[in-house]
Amino acid sequence: MIGLRNAVLRLCLIALSLAVWEAAVRLFAVPVYVLPAPSGIFVALYRGIVSTLYVQNLWVTLYETILGFIAGTSLAFLLGTVVALSRRTEYFLYPYIIMFQSLPKVALAPLIVVWFGLGLTSKVVNAALIAFFPLMVNTIVGLRSADEDRVNLMRSLDAREWQIFWMLRLPGALPFIMAGLEVAMIFALIGSIVAEFVGSQAGLGMLVQTLNFNGDVAGAFSILLILSVLGLLLNQIIVTLRRRVLFWDASQKTAAHDAGKGVGL
Amino acid sequence: MSGSSAGAMSRGGLAIAGEVRERWPASVQPAIAARRLAKSYATRHEPVVALETIDFSVAEGEFLAVLGPSGCGKSTLLKILAGLLPATSGEASLRGTPIAGPRRDIGVVFQSPVLFPWRTVLHNVLLPADVQRLGRAEHERIALDLLSLVGLAGFEHRYPWELSGGMQQRVAIVRALVHDPAMLLMDEPFGALDAMTREQMNLELQRIWLERRKTVVFITHSIPEAVFLADRVLVMTPRPGRVAEILAVGLPRPRSLDVMSTPDFGVLVKRIRAHFNAQGGLDA
Repeated sequence: MIGLRNAVLRLCLIALSLAVWEAAVRLFAVPVYVLPAPSGIFVALYRGIVSTLYVQNLWVTLYETILGFIAGTSLAFLLGTVVALSRRTEYFLYPYIIMFQSLPKVALAPLIVVWFGLGLTSKVVNAALIAFFPLMVNTIVGLRSADEDRVNLMRSLDAREWQIFWMLRLPGALPFIMAGLEVAMIFALIGSIVAEFVGSQAGLGMLVQTLNFNGDVAGAFSILLILSVLGLLLNQIIVTLRRRVLFWDASQKTAAHDAGKGVGL
Repeated sequence: MSGSSAGAMSRGGLAIAGEVRERWPASVQPAIAARRLAKSYATRHEPVVALETIDFSVAEGEFLAVLGPSGCGKSTLLKILAGLLPATSGEASLRGTPIAGPRRDIGVVFQSPVLFPWRTVLHNVLLPADVQRLGRAEHERIALDLLSLVGLAGFEHRYPWELSGGMQQRVAIVRALVHDPAMLLMDEPFGALDAMTREQMNLELQRIWLERRKTVVFITHSIPEAVFLADRVLVMTPRPGRVAEILAVGLPRPRSLDVMSTPDFGVLVKRIRAHFNAQGGLDA
């Protein structure tokens, strides 16, 4: 019952804040190029969807994001695994990892567009690059987190190293990996949007920029709305996947691991 | 101080061990034999001696308790026997072959259950079979038999986190038995359990042992637990670990918890306790 009451209350609160917004814009006659009223945003949203302009560009951005996510996280998982299993590799790669990690990756977007052009490739590369680090760091931490007793148990059974990896280290790292994937998904979306800002022929990021240049702020806001819903859905996919994979992990009942923390853009 | 008096002590211990050994015909090879086994760890300053020349043997099917205060090196001894740690000098052998690394004919039970939360109870038990590529189908039957032996029938498809601490440790014992090892090594397996559960587990373990007759090396720092469970108790001195005495427990089996209040039990406990009183106490 309390759940239902709260849900209704939540909807009321959203409706109320939209009403206040609408009233304030009308009351103080805020120019539409500064802050459009919610009604204007919804009209723009409706028009954009009906004209299929939004949908076409949404597919472009979604495609870039998913490809970038897959490319970035696969590489991150592979490299993270190699680093986690071999101290020697870590020793040689560590300076680069630290350097890249502290670098604001969005600052690379202009370079990447120069290198890979205005098309799909530069967006995928940028999305992959930004999605890469949270998963790599979490993979390393996760694979190294294997409990000493469990490793000893496996060794006492005369297990080979690859068996210890498959039966112990990898499943044990999954909480970290799933948390890393969650961050990486959102980061991939950010990566493709940023690359679209810098230079592109299609995509929601390009659309925001174009609408902004044309002074259609209500249009730009309607895209932001789409982007936040898109981010939410993508995140939800990973969260659902995580619940399935990590049914055994007690800590995931509380919240996402904060292993993704400290991984800036 | 320790030099001469402890030397005398270990000689006394060897004498008693000698007496005990005479109960088995000389032709029978011991299941486990440790000869002048020693272990020291290198540190930045000087090597720390964890074990100082340990000699003992365990007969086939015998239950040996290794008793000592914290830090006396009994866990080190277990790791050497499990092949997880090389000895610095001396040799341990199992059924005549030296223990040079992990072996498939050893089952180990650790202080904590060490179960994998992503595996069901049954699949946790089958871990040795999976690792050693023994047939799953055949071992599933063995696993189910063993689970019902420890009163866990019906729990095979549950996950470890759905079980109590005592049940989890029983799963760990079953896991150590599933590949039918020649020797069971137990490192304070009931140390983390509450006193009541611990007594239940002691009864349970005795029952399993009477049924399966594995050679057991059971490490503990509880004197009553050692006396209750073991055929012989190997008493270790505090750091560095040495054999203070090897004591035969002649109490008839199966032993009930009531045995703990008999005079014979009390005499053995008192005799063991004297070692620790003389050396600064148990669990100091």
